[in-house]
Amino acid sequence: MIDIHWVYAFSGFVFASFAVASVRDTANPNRWGNAAFWALLAVSFWFGDLLGDVGNGVLVLALVALAGVHALGRSAGESTSNEERQSFSERFGNKLFLPALIIPFTAFLGTLLFTYTPLKDSGWIDAKSVTLVLLGAGVIIALVVCYLWIRPPVMSSVDEGGRLANAIGWALVLPQMLAALGAVFAAAGIGTTIGALAGEIIPHGSVFLAVLLYGLGMVIFTMIMGNAFAAFPVMVAAIGVPILIHEDGGRAAVIGAVGMLTGYCGTLMTPMAANFNIVPAALLELRNQYGVVKVQIATAIPLLACNIAILYVAGFKL
Amino acid sequence: MIEYWPLLGIALVVLGFALRFNPLLVVAVAAIATGLLAHMPFLNVLGVLGHGFNENRTVTLIYIVLPVIGLLERYGLQQQARALIGRMRGATVGRVLVLYLGFRQIFAALGLTSVAGQAQTVRPLVVPMALAAAEKEHGELDEDTAEHVKAMSAATDNVGLFFGEDIFIAISSILLIQGALKAYGIELTPFELSVWAIPSAICAFLIQATRLFLLDRWLRKRAR
Repeated sequence: MIDIHWVYAFSGFVFASFAVASVRDTANPNRWGNAAFWALLAVSFWFGDLLGDVGNGVLVLALVALAGVHALGRSAGESTSNEERQSFSERFGNKLFLPALIIPFTAFLGTLLFTYTPLKDSGWIDAKSVTLVLLGAGVIIALVVCYLWIRPPVMSSVDEGGRLANAIGWALVLPQMLAALGAVFAAAGIGTTIGALAGEIIPHGSVFLAVLLYGLGMVIFTMIMGNAFAAFPVMVAAIGVPILIHEDGGRAAVIGAVGMLTGYCGTLMTPMAANFNIVPAALLELRNQYGVVKVQIATAIPLLACNIAILYVAGFKL
Repeated sequence: MIEYWPLLGIALVVLGFALRFNPLLVVAVAAIATGLLAHMPFLNVLGVLGHGFNENRTVTLIYIVLPVIGLLERYGLQQQARALIGRMRGATVGRVLVLYLGFRQIFAALGLTSVAGQAQTVRPLVVPMALAAAEKEHGELDEDTAEHVKAMSAATDNVGLFFGEDIFIAISSILLIQGALKAYGIELTPFELSVWAIPSAICAFLIQATRLFLLDRWLRKRAR
């Protein structure tokens, strides 16, 4: 059965290829720093389960040290010029979209096949990791198609992947680091403390104020943790269940579902949700690393107001 | 007696981000400080951090698409995305992005969250299309305007994903809500929860679409 460990092994190869590309990139004065960073990540994907918890902790510190002393550099070079790309695009035309669409299409078709047909019970793919296995499969198929059709130089997918990875740089592992920080926060009892604090300032008797505090609590705690999933159980324990559902008789499905979505408004406004807010800024080569968060605030605040209104009306008045 | 000292770890994160230290460094320092303030031995903190990192490798896994995207960019994918929009009549930034928003929400609501994303679609396809549409209407863009269009493209992907996915009954967040409430003896089916994601999804679409059409208007004004 193909499970997540197959995907980890393949990912290890991809990250190792970023390391190789970094070494080959002589235009980057810090190329060895970049190479060491991606090599460590490849080690994590290949051998993470064998290293032990403290071993993984040391690996994390090594990654942080490389980023902290600014050992990662950026390449100035581009493999092909804008004019060359223009002429390639005229030569290959709209067919260029096909390999790019193979990845989502594999995910789409595969998810359908392995969720709604008898293939689901075939046991070929571990049901828990269908999406990620299909993502890996899509990448492999797309690469094979590209090589057969475009016939690029052998090392070009390595070099181009490395070019993009080095454009993102250390930000690429920030989301995973924040998830690890979440684990430490949980072990240190941060959630319980915040829940207790929120519980103390709750006004009894005013349904609207309690709803407002529940919503704002979700947003603020999500912004701190970078993740509504971490905030949700805490706010449900502090306000959602004891006050809104039990004391005020609110509709549980609304308190749950819309409470989570209120937290998502916080996700739009925090750099802690790095994979959505910081990595794209690097990926799109924005000058301001907070550029994406900044434009999202004007959507998040009116949406927050809508969600609190939905909580109040659908939870208590309908 | 509740310990408040570990909360200093949160303050460290906020301070470190505000002072623009390297975020990886900030997160690591905050993690270790929080653990130590909660009276965990150092090796124990390091172990929890390492374990958490190892268990969350799936978060970083999405970047295995980079070699494919990079290879196609080398052969003119972005240029082709621009050319496609350039030939289309009536394409504006707002229309391109609203259309993408709708598709992103619908696909996410069907559980297909990873068919699109910042690396898979926004960088190689959506941004070049949005920029081409903007240039077609308003001529060469200055750097600030181009940056704003790019940021709005990324934001549109996030809004579509966040406020579409919870309509799907088998998504992890719905299962988390169900599990969290079940711990208090409140039994709900995923379907009961996911229908209540629809009003917020509609609000999110209307708000983001309004902003995108306002962006069109703002660009038209600046072009004059």
